Amino acid sequence: MITYLQNNYPEILSDLVQHLWLALIPIVVGAALSLPLGYLAVRIPSLYQPVVNVGAVLYSIPSLALFLMIPVIIGVGYLSPLNVLIGLSLYTLALLGRTVADALISVQGETTQAAQALGYRPLRQLLGVELPMAAPVLFAGLRVATVANISLVSVGALVGSGGLGDLFTGGFQLGFVEPIIIGIVLSMLLAGVCDVGLVLLQRRLTPWTRVGGRA
Amino acid sequence: MITFDQVTKTFPGGNVAVDDLSLELPTGQITVFVGPSGCGKTTSLRMINRTIEPTSGTISIDGEDVSTQDAALLRRKIGYVIQHAGLFPHRTVVDNIATVPFLNGVNKKQAREEAVQLLARVGLDESMANRYPTQLSGGQQQRVGVARALAADPPVMLMDEPFSAVDPIVRDGLQKEFLRLQAELGKTIAFVTHDIDEAIKLGDTVAIFRVGGHLAQVGSPQELLDNPADEFVADFVGRDRGFRGLSFVTADKLEVEPVRAYVDRATGARLVLDDGGRPQGWRFEETGSPQPLAGTFTVEDNLRLVTDLAISSPAGAAVRVDHDGVADGVVAHEAIARHLTAMRRESER
Amino acid sequence: MLNYFGYLFDGANWQLSGDSSIPERLAQHVGYTLAALALAALIALPLGLLIGHTNRGAFIAIGLGNLGRSLPTFGLVLLLVVYLGVYIWPVLLALIVLAIPPILAQTYAAIRSVDPAAVDAAVGMGMRPLQVLFQAEVPMALPLIIGGLRNALLQVCATATIAAYASFGGLGRLLIDGLNRNQYDQVLAGAVLVAALAIALDYISALIERVVVSPGVRERGSRRSRRSRSAARTQSRTEESAVSTSR
Repeated sequence: MITYLQNNYPEILSDLVQHLWLALIPIVVGAALSLPLGYLAVRIPSLYQPVVNVGAVLYSIPSLALFLMIPVIIGVGYLSPLNVLIGLSLYTLALLGRTVADALISVQGETTQAAQALGYRPLRQLLGVELPMAAPVLFAGLRVATVANISLVSVGALVGSGGLGDLFTGGFQLGFVEPIIIGIVLSMLLAGVCDVGLVLLQRRLTPWTRVGGRA
Repeated sequence: MITFDQVTKTFPGGNVAVDDLSLELPTGQITVFVGPSGCGKTTSLRMINRTIEPTSGTISIDGEDVSTQDAALLRRKIGYVIQHAGLFPHRTVVDNIATVPFLNGVNKKQAREEAVQLLARVGLDESMANRYPTQLSGGQQQRVGVARALAADPPVMLMDEPFSAVDPIVRDGLQKEFLRLQAELGKTIAFVTHDIDEAIKLGDTVAIFRVGGHLAQVGSPQELLDNPADEFVADFVGRDRGFRGLSFVTADKLEVEPVRAYVDRATGARLVLDDGGRPQGWRFEETGSPQPLAGTFTVEDNLRLVTDLAISSPAGAAVRVDHDGVADGVVAHEAIARHLTAMRRESER
Repeated sequence: MLNYFGYLFDGANWQLSGDSSIPERLAQHVGYTLAALALAALIALPLGLLIGHTNRGAFIAIGLGNLGRSLPTFGLVLLLVVYLGVYIWPVLLALIVLAIPPILAQTYAAIRSVDPAAVDAAVGMGMRPLQVLFQAEVPMALPLIIGGLRNALLQVCATATIAAYASFGGLGRLLIDGLNRNQYDQVLAGAVLVAALAIALDYISALIERVVVSPGVRERGSRRSRRSRSAARTQSRTEESAVSTSR
């Protein structure tokens, strides 16, 4: 194992880096798009159920199938990394769109009514009141989506953009377990680090949730 | 009869919830455990059906130590009503009520039929039978909870703040119905509440607990109001003990003046009756249009109600009616005060 | 563009008897998926119920749930095949192992989320522990439990697709073989069929859920009830609904 690591260090590292941006870009894109989508699904009630349903259908499609349908729809090559990026962005959007909508619905109540009475305009209220209040729920969803994406990137190895997935396919073709094990371990470590990172970010952004209860 | 014999409950961590409690709950009566948070009233209640086990001491029902019986079978013979009803959302109302009969192996069809009968007993319409709990209001759910506790016709019932989670108007209705039901059924009931008014209203015997699980005083509501054992009890029962005590005195001995001739000396108001003799309101000479009554009372009502009616009345007097609603007497608030003074003199002799 | 659909609409591929025909692949895929799910449920459901009811060993349920989520499914499948050989059973083993954490974690969470007042009432009325579990807790927890099973179902279906790379059968073969031979109509056929299968399986399991779950317990679809849910519940629901996320 150690020798394998030593001999193939550069490739492993580049796989890791590729894996990282293949996973994170869709997160950022999906999360960013999910905010307006979720917001609209709340403001326009008839939109809520379709958003949920389409999201559920989308999310039920196996990753490989999704990665291979996208080239046909948008005309890129089968082995383009765009397939993985777009596919994972769609997954993230499908998952988080509903999360944002539900989170916003759940924070409606006395505080938001008070904010409105104070004179907040809708956008300011969204950004300054509702989203911060919904932060725990949003971060929970974000963490789930991130870990999921990191696991799914490796499937991209079958369409030429695998990140650590290349270690899996490489190891399989040669019959070596070492690269596969390294790939699994690194993938899980990456997921763990990202998860912890998000928790820290959440704590940083929501200091009020850390303060203890009444004395 | 339920007997507590030197019962103590200490939780891991050292918290003494109930301290050396010895108490008798008379058969066929409602005994209320009341006190502030942390006084051990709920813990004491739950030791009766062994959902909490005592650290020491014994609890007996009709002479039998509860700890010697199979817990599950013991519980099936004790009705259990809790604050948020705890109905099974996945079962219909009827199946919820029939829970214990089902457990006891009673034929399902029969159990369901009997459950439907119970619905009427607790004041619910038969159409509720096949609804699900989520379709019911809080008050309705609570009634189903009571019906469920009654289904196996247990001699003993435990009730843990059953009416606390509903709004005051609903609560009042539930309490009245509960008293009516108890008058029919005569169960031995242990009832927990944090509300002293409820305790006084419902209890035949009231046991006031102090924080730390000590019994501060046990007695009839009248005794507690008249002779509080110490400052804590007096405080807990509340400052207007005297006024509250009036709820236990009926208006049957109260003298009333005849209706037709009655004129309020202060305002000149007269009582307006309809053709059947029922009171409609007070007519004032100045304004001319009658003002409605705050309410009426009968001979069975208590003096607290009568005093309140007199004070709320625009004419400073309460109107008594018979069972058909026909006015048969008026009493001014001064007359009530004189009556109270006379009562006091009477009791001092 | 029509080229892409050549494979899908070629009648020869739909022969029921053919070894590499679509119905054959479909049957394999569905068969292995359901088998793996059933075996995983056989292990994870009782364990989840036990941990949930007694609330002991919660860290196992939660820990495994988290672990399972971060484990790359593709890697595990290939690892087992390299270790144990290019047969069907290592793949099945991987499918089962991957399906256990989400079912376990969600079953545990489901039992824990049951209304404590109802459980207190059940115990207080004289139900024995097993009766409390099966007559009270499980029926109330059923939507979430089934939710966990549905999640696992989709995950197994997706992983079975990818396993075609390791010479596993199923519809994934169309994708892998098609890619290898640059037969893109085959690839598209595979992608469309797999997607349709997954959607169909999800839909059928939703129907089953409707039948099995008591009307009094169903997740209400109305916006008003959603509004009354606390943020905490929404958060736990988010975590639960996406316990298994590998597709």
